[in-house]
Amino acid sequence: MAAGTGRRWGLRVGHFGVVGLFTLFTAFPFYWMLVTTFKRTSDLLKRGNNPFVYNEAPTLENLRVLFQETLYVRWLVNTALVGVAVVVITLILAIPAGYALARLTGRWGEQLGIGIFLTYLVPPTLLFIPMSRVIGDLGLQDSLWSLVLVYPSFTIPFCTWLLMGFFKAIPRDLEEAAMIDGLSRFGAFVKVVIPISVAGVLTVVIFSFTLVMQEFVYALTFISSVRQMTVSVGVPTFLVHGDVYFWGSLMAGSFIASVPIAILYNFFVDRFIAGFTVGAIK
Amino acid sequence: MATLERDLRAPAAGRRFGFVLDRPEWLGPLMIAPAVLYIVAIVGLPFLLALYYSVSDISMGRRTLGFVGLKNFISVIPTSKFQTSLQNTFVFAIVSQVLVIILANILALALLKEFRGKWVVRLLLLLPWVAPISLGTIGWLWILDSIYSVINWTLEAFGLITADGWPMYLGKPYLAMGSVITVHVWRLLPLATVIILAGLTSIPKDIHDAAQVDGASFWRHHFQITVPLIRPILLVALLFGLVFAFTDMVVIFVLTRGGPYDTTQVLASLAFFTGIQGGDLAEGAAIAIFLFPLLLAVAFVFLRIARRSEVT
Amino acid sequence: MAIVETRDVRKHFGDVHAVDGVNLTTKEGEFLVLLGPSGCGKTTLLRMVAGLEDPTGGEILIGGQVVNDLPPRARKIAMVFQSYALYPHMRVFDNIAFPLRAQGVPRAEIPHKVEWAAGLFGIEKLLHRKPRELSGGERQRVALARAVVREPAVFLLDEPLSNLDAKLRTSARDELQQFQRRIGTTTIYVTHDQVEAMGLGDRIAVMQGGKVRQIGTPQEVYDEPADTFVAGFLGSPPMNLLEIPDCLVGFRPEHFLPKEAHESRDGLLALKFHISRIEYLGADRLLYGALEGKFPDTKVISKLASTVSTPVQPGKTQDFAVREKDFRFFDRETGLRTRPRPV
Repeated sequence: MAAGTGRRWGLRVGHFGVVGLFTLFTAFPFYWMLVTTFKRTSDLLKRGNNPFVYNEAPTLENLRVLFQETLYVRWLVNTALVGVAVVVITLILAIPAGYALARLTGRWGEQLGIGIFLTYLVPPTLLFIPMSRVIGDLGLQDSLWSLVLVYPSFTIPFCTWLLMGFFKAIPRDLEEAAMIDGLSRFGAFVKVVIPISVAGVLTVVIFSFTLVMQEFVYALTFISSVRQMTVSVGVPTFLVHGDVYFWGSLMAGSFIASVPIAILYNFFVDRFIAGFTVGAIK
Repeated sequence: MATLERDLRAPAAGRRFGFVLDRPEWLGPLMIAPAVLYIVAIVGLPFLLALYYSVSDISMGRRTLGFVGLKNFISVIPTSKFQTSLQNTFVFAIVSQVLVIILANILALALLKEFRGKWVVRLLLLLPWVAPISLGTIGWLWILDSIYSVINWTLEAFGLITADGWPMYLGKPYLAMGSVITVHVWRLLPLATVIILAGLTSIPKDIHDAAQVDGASFWRHHFQITVPLIRPILLVALLFGLVFAFTDMVVIFVLTRGGPYDTTQVLASLAFFTGIQGGDLAEGAAIAIFLFPLLLAVAFVFLRIARRSEVT
Repeated sequence: MAIVETRDVRKHFGDVHAVDGVNLTTKEGEFLVLLGPSGCGKTTLLRMVAGLEDPTGGEILIGGQVVNDLPPRARKIAMVFQSYALYPHMRVFDNIAFPLRAQGVPRAEIPHKVEWAAGLFGIEKLLHRKPRELSGGERQRVALARAVVREPAVFLLDEPLSNLDAKLRTSARDELQQFQRRIGTTTIYVTHDQVEAMGLGDRIAVMQGGKVRQIGTPQEVYDEPADTFVAGFLGSPPMNLLEIPDCLVGFRPEHFLPKEAHESRDGLLALKFHISRIEYLGADRLLYGALEGKFPDTKVISKLASTVSTPVQPGKTQDFAVREKDFRFFDRETGLRTRPRPV
């Protein structure tokens, strides 16, 4: 009996240790961003100082620099604008496509669906060179519109796939009842299917928005003027002047742009995973 | 009776167009077409352009575009820069994926158990995946800093290294590759973990109970019951991981810019530095094109294996 | 009110002939039940009448008008689904009002009509609830109210009682029939449950393998089955079948009684019955066993009402008998009914 309890305690401690170590690994950089945000530069850049404690009084100076002396706010606004535009385009194109793949097309639709999904795997690093030329020819160089145009290339495939899964899960009876009740196929889609898919649509909104926030390669390629940058490019390029790093402000900018969206994302994560694993789980 | 006949006939004549909205064979293509056209225009055409650029002499300043055959490939392939990058791409992708799959399995098993505060833990574990990767990597840049690294300070405090023996994580070839891989593992671990966790939770409890009743030990249980059952999903995680790892340049761009001495340069970053920053679009395109067969092979192999394991 | 007619209607899914040439004509205001085992094509046929599936061939007529090319909404039909298909995001009121709004009924008339329909099923109190806050029986009533509210020419019902528990099903069956009699709308009702079919239908169309095997009143299909499939499908337990030299002969378990239990001795065919097992079902007993003598080793079942007092015992061979007029004869090859002959 005593041996049994000891063993159970051992397992518990081991379990706790594993989870704790991993959590430390994943979350430490963000904790470190937060700590650094409030440190004075003189405190940061003194080699003997214990980095885990505030050797000098905490300060809001880094935040002031970030918000007042850089275009950080502007970058956040740019990111939000691009995000909203991309979300709208994605919804307009992906919702009908997802529904059609779920309901209106037979075998060829299934193949097409897989084809669309695979385009999600075509990486920006393969396309950014011709894309930069096309963007230039369209006169969109250095304009947020270039990002609005290009980002749906990866949001649409994944969101179409996600939504297809959602629509497949809706009982067919509901649409059929609506068709008998006096609506066309399309009418049933608009008035019955979309309203009961609010959760799915919301998932797609969050997902597209996070993808836009994370995107780096296209933004780095197309945008050169500081005023037009998104936050994921602005912080690492502009806040680094040659070898001079504004560590406090860098960390503050990174933390603020990372953690809130992560908390939001956390509520929807199961649905994204369902999208990733369609077909692989029975 | 007469009124009914009229009722039935009236809409047939009156709403001819409306019936397009009823016929799946019309409505289906009509609803997919916009998305497909957009993807073809934004992914398909640039892809073809990329193929064409790789056999042309296009560059940033010039408007003309001449066909030069395989000249770009011939001039790029023999360079040590390219060959190092190709090798680094494989090392980077394969080592990071092996680590990710092993660690994600351990973590997913640990998370299978219910415990208090699980949702907070999950949030913390997901952070690296959700946060913009360039910003997360900035955090690492500071942690791995050559002079003020918190890791080195801690190691010294524990007496593991001396004050003048601080490793330069991003400045020494092997350490730099190790750092880049570590950050990449950090970034992809959450996705792989939740995918595998989804697979683990989809196994019916009966099967675990049966294995226990049959007297299977922990390891036998894990490797003969659990792993085979989640194999399709392991493949999904691996597929995504490999694709992301083969094509990513963000971690490298932010941490090392390919340095020191190109020891962390990969194809994606080399294409960027050559094509965009160097202005030689043609050569950049030729380098980037090398990513494509890699991706194709990865996708093909895994779709095949995944399909086979679905059948059996 | 309308008559529904199908003319040689077919539906093929690849090589599968789900519906394989069905000719049916309802009567005005009739309650017609499509009965058959799962996969017999009854639901597919109903869905084609509704316009939810396109027939591969043949014509569907509603009120004398060919409706093959009309979408569901233009067919003046209403349908109740097995799952009820209530719109989960709408309150009961909006669910019932949905067909009216979809068809452009003037706004002012809607509340009045919804209340009328709700009143028919006694659900006026539920109008403000969401479907998930309703019990199974309440959902079924809402689905019916939604079907009635637009006063359709035809009702189509797809196993609407199968999601209710056994007790509720009996009372719902009763209500459904009374309601159909009152409004007198032509109704097509799909079920696999023969008790439901017998209890509800003016006529029953028994389907199997995509074809209608027999159509007739409940008495007709039970007493005079057109072929061995109908004879075997209806009745619980099914009809006993014996092989005689040139055909099959069938008789119902309830007609296979101990000799003494028959009222008269005339016109009886005596059979030796070896009883192997007895099931007590309360009102009835089922006797399982095999015949001896003329039909050795043929398995048969007898159903004795509890009012039959003749003692029976498992393991014994007893004298049983069937009245000759209760025999039904079927062709050995086709399974179809043939003329009677001496056994």
